[in-house]
Amino acid sequence: MDTAYLIETIIKVVVVLLIFSALAGIGTYFERKILAFMQRRLGPMNVGPYGLLQVAADGIKLFTKEDIIPTNVVGRIFKIAPVITAATAFMAAAAIPFLPQFELFGYTVHPIISDVNIGILYILGIMGVGLYGPLLGGMASANKFSLLSAARSAAVFISYEVVTGLSILAPIMMVGSLSLIDFNEYQAGGFGDWIVWSQPVAFILFWIAAFAETGRTPFHLVANDHEIIDGFGTEYSGMRWGLFFIGEYANMFFISFVIPLLFLGGYGDGSFLGALGLLGKMAFFFFFFLWTRAAWPDVRPDQLMWLCWKVLMPIAVVNIVITGLVMMF
Amino acid sequence: MKNTQEFNNRNVSENGYYLVDIADYPTDGWGKFKRVVQRTFRGELFVGLWVVLREMIKFDIHTIQYPQEKMPIGPRYRAVHEMKRLWESDAERCIGCGLCEKICISNCIKMDTRIDEHSRKEVSEYTINLGRCIFCGYCAEVCPELAITHGGEYEQASEQREHFVDYSYMLTPLDKMKAGTQVEFEGFGAITPHEDERVKKTPLAY
Ligand code: SF4
Ligand code: SF4
Repeated sequence: MDTAYLIETIIKVVVVLLIFSALAGIGTYFERKILAFMQRRLGPMNVGPYGLLQVAADGIKLFTKEDIIPTNVVGRIFKIAPVITAATAFMAAAAIPFLPQFELFGYTVHPIISDVNIGILYILGIMGVGLYGPLLGGMASANKFSLLSAARSAAVFISYEVVTGLSILAPIMMVGSLSLIDFNEYQAGGFGDWIVWSQPVAFILFWIAAFAETGRTPFHLVANDHEIIDGFGTEYSGMRWGLFFIGEYANMFFISFVIPLLFLGGYGDGSFLGALGLLGKMAFFFFFFLWTRAAWPDVRPDQLMWLCWKVLMPIAVVNIVITGLVMMF
Repeated sequence: MKNTQEFNNRNVSENGYYLVDIADYPTDGWGKFKRVVQRTFRGELFVGLWVVLREMIKFDIHTIQYPQEKMPIGPRYRAVHEMKRLWESDAERCIGCGLCEKICISNCIKMDTRIDEHSRKEVSEYTINLGRCIFCGYCAEVCPELAITHGGEYEQASEQREHFVDYSYMLTPLDKMKAGTQVEFEGFGAITPHEDERVKKTPLAY
């Protein structure tokens, strides 16, 4: 491993960390604005032009707020839980190619931190580990609402992991690789080559499961404000709560990158237009997360389980079987 | 006027109400399955998505940016009190009778009077403790001179629980009076419209 590679990787890691922490903040701004517009409100307006600096104000507040560790909590676990959420969210980003490779001052940059050959498995695995953030944080909090939320998060994440895994098994069988770059190459031929045309069911299933994996609105049970306050975040304050927050939004961004990379052609042939296309698709999926939050109600936990085990999982299995049969003959 | 009439009419059958046609819940497995499939493919979820997107595109914002913009409030709204002047002479209407102090149920009006140089009673001290006032309107109702009324100034946050408005603060300023812009209060204590036609002569006049 030569030094140049090491330096390049470290720079890439820092850039991804910085960009996505900032994006997580700006994501909250977009969320508040878009939700507001959809509900005929204006959203943040007072801090900076059109409320743009609200993000900075919130950041300052989170950083300077007192870090309270309540009396009866299990101290160490309570402290480490938010770090797990944020860290796993960013670790998952290591295997995501954010842009096609490009030349910078005569040096070829691969905007992927590490093209591991089990990319998708790695991303799903790390996102699965992300479960321990809410789970441990909720259980250590000595608060019944947090405990409820921890139990729910365990149930939801584990159930929907099944759907996520099974739904992308079919595309993986077609591509024959787990690397996201290989997925992209497979669809590089253009619009007609997108996997979504051959695997529409897998696409929809993965998309639905993405809502559960990120805990977004139709499946926002883990921190459902009107039932269990802020769930696992109830006892947290200041930057520890902020870490949960950053983790959640970073996760949304990363999932919004993964869906187009898997199903919608990614960055295509690697041209500038393709890169823009990927960003555009990512923006659409991120917008969709906010859109559903304005439009749809939450489902009950039992309905969520019903949906997972009685509807989505059987469909995913049938999808795999049919894909297998088609590929065999 | 029309609105209140509509509100007062509780007769359901006249207002175009009808029973919503709700299908019975399915009891057997096949019925439930059919309902799930129907709901899945009828695209109900997209109706919701469309509605919010339409509102976003229309951009028909209903926010009132409060400190900069304010809602108009009704003329009968009972907020911080005002002391009115006579239209004819610009003199203060208050005759210092003390009825308002007496009737105030939360004891928040304190006043004192003295004899002025024309041997007339005049108000020397007059304060209302807005921290105690419940804005019931009794003072405005009881005032025989229509002197104390409520006004529209509802912003009265203060640093402590007791905060007072005094006579000079409530009194209509002279320049406003000169400009003829004093606004009569339409709520509690105000004279009903067409009072002149409806008033009866007192027995002494017969
Ligand atoms: S509004 Fe009621 S409580 Fe307030 S000063 Fe008048 S009589 Fe007293
Ligand atoms: S405000 Fe009215 S009720 Fe009160 S002292 Fe003056 S005239 Fe009498």
